[in-house]
Amino acid sequence: MRAGPPLVIATGALATLVALFAVTGAAPLNALSVLWRGSLGSWYALTSGTLLRATPLMLAGLATAVAFRAGVMNIGVEGQLLAGATLAGALALTAPGLGLALLPLGLAAGVAGGALWSALPAVLKRRAGVLEAVTTLMLNAVALYLVGWLVRGPLQEPAHVYPQTAQIVSAARLPILVSGTRLHAGFAIALLLVLAAWWVFTYTSAGFQLRAVGANPRAARLTGGVNPDRVAFAAFLVSGGLAGLAGASEMQGVTYGLYESLSPGYGYTAIAVALLARLDPRAIVPSAVFFAALETGANALQRDAAVPAVVVKVVEALMILTTLAIGALQQRRARDRSGS
Amino acid sequence: MSGSGLALFCEATVRTATPLALAALGETVAERSGVINLGAEGAIIGGAFGALVGASASGVAGGLVVGIASGALIGALFAMVVVWWRVDQIIAGTAISLLALGATGTLYRTMFGAGGAALSIPTLHPAPIPGLEAIPIVGVALFAQPVTTYALYAAAIIVWWWLRSTHSGLALRACGESPDAARGAGISVSRMRWGALIFAGSMGGLAGAVLVLAQAGTFADGMSAGRGFVAIAIVVLGGWHPLRVVAAAALFGAASALQTLLQTVAPGVPYQFFLALPYVVTIGAMARVSHRVSGRARAPDALGVSDAA
Repeated sequence: MRAGPPLVIATGALATLVALFAVTGAAPLNALSVLWRGSLGSWYALTSGTLLRATPLMLAGLATAVAFRAGVMNIGVEGQLLAGATLAGALALTAPGLGLALLPLGLAAGVAGGALWSALPAVLKRRAGVLEAVTTLMLNAVALYLVGWLVRGPLQEPAHVYPQTAQIVSAARLPILVSGTRLHAGFAIALLLVLAAWWVFTYTSAGFQLRAVGANPRAARLTGGVNPDRVAFAAFLVSGGLAGLAGASEMQGVTYGLYESLSPGYGYTAIAVALLARLDPRAIVPSAVFFAALETGANALQRDAAVPAVVVKVVEALMILTTLAIGALQQRRARDRSGS
Repeated sequence: MSGSGLALFCEATVRTATPLALAALGETVAERSGVINLGAEGAIIGGAFGALVGASASGVAGGLVVGIASGALIGALFAMVVVWWRVDQIIAGTAISLLALGATGTLYRTMFGAGGAALSIPTLHPAPIPGLEAIPIVGVALFAQPVTTYALYAAAIIVWWWLRSTHSGLALRACGESPDAARGAGISVSRMRWGALIFAGSMGGLAGAVLVLAQAGTFADGMSAGRGFVAIAIVVLGGWHPLRVVAAAALFGAASALQTLLQTVAPGVPYQFFLALPYVVTIGAMARVSHRVSGRARAPDALGVSDAA
């Protein structure tokens, strides 16, 4: 999979957004300034809005990139994220006595939950060649129903009024990274993992195998001595684990509990994040911050400028499509050149 | 369950299953042509919004026409991206759905205001078929429905017959099994897939129109609520066979009807279980289906693969 030039596309996205402002009847300049102030224009908006939201997007975007790099069409990041948040939440709520150990254990449970949720589609893909796009998509719905049941049943808050769990003990919560803001340690973890992923991709044999399989499974098998099925399987589980970590980090750093709308579609935005970054881990940081700023700013737009926040979905979708279309075009040109 | 309770349950099953079956029939044709259409969700929400606009301008017929046309437009957009530009079908479909959800939400709030709740549009009423509706238990469920449900019955039979017995139906299936062989036989793979995707979009649009005109009576942001993705599951469960796909849609409809019923009859049973069950059954079916190399129910060989030439 090839992708187009990111900066051109990001600029195009902003232009599209301005055009959409005009459609909704808002004054474009005023709307742009609200978008700016609501996302990057103040220290508080930057840290407690954009960077806070960039945290799950970085992890989920990385999860998507790892899978896509290996040719695994995992579009179940949303469900794996929920599964991770759920297992981490269940642990923190049922064993509050673990104290400070809950912090790392919760994150580990998140990784395990996400990996577990991706395990079934991964096994079905490897053993029976079942299209993972369909199974992961269906498990997204199942994960949402699972959370819906838990927060109305076994894990519901003690008063049994609201469809949510009690708050987790403070020992299980991720510490605040910058005092006076809501930015939590999950952001630092996400940054570290992005760097680690870049190092693994670039310098290790595992990273090489992953790229080889994604580029051409047959060539990887024949000339590289790589087992494509095994590499894709491993990438699938790692992808699920990263998505689960995104969920645990969101639960332990932001929501401090479980409820159905825990994720406003992070798993789907993650696809845009990964593609704009051209599946390169380093570029996932700016890409995630860009989309986080758009989404955070959009919430401000809806509040202060009466522009529906969903306009951002239009922009995200168009960015995904143009990124891929330009990539496909470049690929065809390259092939035509080498063919002649 | 009493007799009338059972009749009510059957009626709710058919009512919930109708939009699912319509979208799934379209999806069946798309997948038999070799394209997995995750844009179905987008076609449904586009059709729902189109139905709202059409119905407020010129009544139920206008709603149906604009709904179907909106779905077809989204299908054409998807075809442009995957057939012409050969972008990965899975990601393109997800993006098209995201696009339609965002665009309808934006347009809805722009055209009808932030509230929009007081909106009232003409709706479709049940048109009972005399005689048939008197059949005990299933009569009302099957034959006292809006005309769109009867359209579904007709469409299922036509699609089944067309795929099975016509030359063009065979050509479409060839594109899904082996595009190269199809091309060798003089078939234009991209034209077949364009047609299949516009048909799938229209059916999704009709499904959305049914949601608005025959069920909700209004539009709500994101009211497609994952039905497009459910349609894809239904196609798998129905083994890519038009008539079995409709039966599989009924199963999903029944699970959903059971959920509403149980909330009143047995509030202790977690209703999410019934909502999740069809998905789990489908995943099981996928595992089983894929194991058989040459069974009756099998995914088209070239499904999801961008056409190289």
